[in-house]
Amino acid sequence: MTFAPLKSKPTRKSLRSLATLVIAAAVVTGAAACSSSSTTTASTGTPSASATTAPAGTVVVFAAASLKATFTALGTAFQAANPGTTVTFSFAGSSDLVTQITGGAPADIFASADTNNMGKLVSANLVSGTPVNFATNVLEIATPPGNPANVKTFADLGNASIKTVICAPAVPCGAATATIEQSTGVTIPAVSQESSVTDVLGKVSSGEADAGLVYVTDVKSAGNTVTGVPFAESSSAVNTYPIAALSDAKNAALAQAFIGYVTGPDGQATLAAAGFGKP
Amino acid sequence: MKTSQNYWGVPKWVLAIALVGALFVVLPLLAMVVRVNWGQFIPLITSQSSIDALLLSLRTSTIATLLCIILGVPMALVLARTTFPGQRILRSLVLLPLVLPPVVGGIALLYTFGRQGLLKAPMNFLGIQIAFSTTAVILAQTFVALPFLVLSLEGALRTVGTRYEAIGATLGAGPTTVLRRITLPLVLPALVSGAVLSFARALGEFGATLTFAGSLQGVTRTLPLEIYLQRETDPDAAVALSLVLVAVAIIVVGLANRVGSNSRLGPNVLS
Amino acid sequence: MTFTFEAAVARRKFDVSFSLSQGETLAVLGPNGAGKSTLLNLISGSLSPDSGHAELDGDVLFSAGSGRKRVWQPPHTRGISLLAQQALLFPHLTVLDNVAFGPTSSGVKKRTAHDAARKWLAEVDAAQFERRKPAQLSGGQAQRIAVARALAAEPKLLLLDEPMAALDIDVAPALRRTLRRVLENCTAIIVTHDILDAYTLADRVIVIDNGRIVEDGPTRRVFEQPRDPFTANLAGLNVLSGIRTPLGLRTADGVELAIGAGAAGAVGSECSAAIRPSDVRVSTSPPPDGANALPATITDLEPRGDLVRVRALNFAADLPPALVADLDVSIGTAVWFTFDPGSAIIYSANR
Repeated sequence: MTFAPLKSKPTRKSLRSLATLVIAAAVVTGAAACSSSSTTTASTGTPSASATTAPAGTVVVFAAASLKATFTALGTAFQAANPGTTVTFSFAGSSDLVTQITGGAPADIFASADTNNMGKLVSANLVSGTPVNFATNVLEIATPPGNPANVKTFADLGNASIKTVICAPAVPCGAATATIEQSTGVTIPAVSQESSVTDVLGKVSSGEADAGLVYVTDVKSAGNTVTGVPFAESSSAVNTYPIAALSDAKNAALAQAFIGYVTGPDGQATLAAAGFGKP
Repeated sequence: MKTSQNYWGVPKWVLAIALVGALFVVLPLLAMVVRVNWGQFIPLITSQSSIDALLLSLRTSTIATLLCIILGVPMALVLARTTFPGQRILRSLVLLPLVLPPVVGGIALLYTFGRQGLLKAPMNFLGIQIAFSTTAVILAQTFVALPFLVLSLEGALRTVGTRYEAIGATLGAGPTTVLRRITLPLVLPALVSGAVLSFARALGEFGATLTFAGSLQGVTRTLPLEIYLQRETDPDAAVALSLVLVAVAIIVVGLANRVGSNSRLGPNVLS
Repeated sequence: MTFTFEAAVARRKFDVSFSLSQGETLAVLGPNGAGKSTLLNLISGSLSPDSGHAELDGDVLFSAGSGRKRVWQPPHTRGISLLAQQALLFPHLTVLDNVAFGPTSSGVKKRTAHDAARKWLAEVDAAQFERRKPAQLSGGQAQRIAVARALAAEPKLLLLDEPMAALDIDVAPALRRTLRRVLENCTAIIVTHDILDAYTLADRVIVIDNGRIVEDGPTRRVFEQPRDPFTANLAGLNVLSGIRTPLGLRTADGVELAIGAGAAGAVGSECSAAIRPSDVRVSTSPPPDGANALPATITDLEPRGDLVRVRALNFAADLPPALVADLDVSIGTAVWFTFDPGSAIIYSANR
């Protein structure tokens, strides 16, 4: 849905602007129908007496879809603490966001669900400074409410009679799944390998699948539509979330202030409450 | 002017806007072609997962198209040739998948044919499990593609009218004979183009499949799903496969146009 | 009696009954909207009546209404072929397959059906077209083949719906000759606007108006002694209605007319008289003797071949143009129509 930039032909300005236009439209409307992407602008908070010295202005944050609830809350709190600032978010799959950023999308901060996607931006020289790891996430088994198939352990997922849906190895949650399969020696005869956590959760909460492997935070945010089954082996695949300001950031000072907030005590507390671990 | 030519009578500004419109459609395709990593093109599209996805797509789309014909021809006939209370509402409902976001179609199918769906009891009784199977892919494709066939065929049936059928009946042909020997041959071009549209729609089906059928190599992961997945790790492969999908679509539509123009009725049809 | 028909359709104010004998060809005439199409649709089976009963060779086509067991045969089992205004040859089939359509539909083997089709194509002088597609035929050729197709189905009754109406004026005569030949042994009903079709093809004529039969009789008599203004107009005759007097008749307006020829009805009974427009004279002043003079106002002057038709409300005269010029008449002029007693025919209205 997004178009690659036509870097090789800088003279064709119209093409470039068309591509930018389409990318911008994609950012606003959500890149794909099925990714849980959306743009949220937290409302400007009321002026606070304890206003710190964070610079005023707007910062645009591109963040992994799994951060949506947490970051939206953090943005609101940040604005309340720093009157005159606006934090705008675009949530999508980390790789979608990388495609958009390399395509010239106007982002100031990138928060990735894995180090791999952040690495792509680093090697493309689009990151300013060094990315900071601000959270971790581990997998958990999600089952339909009440766990009708009675899944208790990770090894249970090796049973073919239990219909398990996992992420495809190409996406981060699938890579984590593969790592745990390797370390435990359990092979999951998955009935489907989805391309996003949302799709895995959809199959589980609708009862089509008996079990799915998603992140702890996903189970938590799914509320009572699924029942979580934690398993100890999940520690063999810990997913790390890095955050970084981008070299094209228009407001570098504000970007650093927001990153500082996320890695600071308030941000960490909110992340912990959502189920994220400490890096 | 070097050669004699008919005066078109199309305003220049219309031509200009039409050109912009054409560019709007063609440029993205061109942009994709430009981005293809031609050095790696063949290895990229001949990986096992790509071939599995392509073959699965062709297989399921063909079966879905056949299902569309089997179900759609009678539906179009009933809509075009009979009148009954609630017909307009029924037509709107039948055509709904045209305007429905595919993902909504997928959710609807899930709640119909899924393990916890509306038909849970009869399907359990018959021991049919559709979720995560190739059957689910075909159902999703048929669901979104069926309106294309019904719509184009119904229009053609109305255009052709009932006069030939009435003559056929007075010559002693029963309704089935009339359908087989008169009605269907007369609307064959529309049937072919409707089937091609359905096939193209089935081939491109993504949202309903993703929601309803899942994604497993060789079983439910059709070409669009493969492209979507490859994009995560290997954008080059995604672009290459996209081009394959475009090529297949162009070939199919081109073939259909040929068939359509060859079997187009002569000028004296209605005289 | 081979075909009996009676049917009423309230919605269309249609109520008609008649019968037809074996080999008889019936022409149905009437103004637009009179009910001719309804009649054809009822017979061919594309419309079912509120009440009525029709039988063809003892086979009940439909039966409906109070006290009747409801019967309705679909079109394809009736044994009735329809030749429409347009040839409507199936565009995807060759001429031969078009003509063979009827036989193959009744289960005849393809080869036998093709033999029958060739026979009928020869019958309508179209054998040379058998390999063509309908798009490669002229209108007249297509209609001849449509005749062959209708007859090849071996119908017990053939319906013709204005078969010449859509043809060029120079090809209609050839088709008319063909139809005259093939209808010789057919039981047929032909709906037409053209009196010539009725004269050349039909043994008998019925005229329908407002859903009722207003004329029914042998072709020649209906046109020579019309009762209905529509029929008289079609036949190109002036018709005067009135009461029989010893000399001739007295019109409703009280004009006394002397009429020399015709069957005498009883004095005082209702009767009609027919006069050809070419036998009528026109003057701009009352004729001196006052005999056989109808006062009128000219409503129209129209050229008709080498004559001019001078029209009044219910009467017309055909005069040479020079005479019209000499009379110096135009629309709105008051004139008197006169005719010789010997040029009119009188007949009883209740024949």
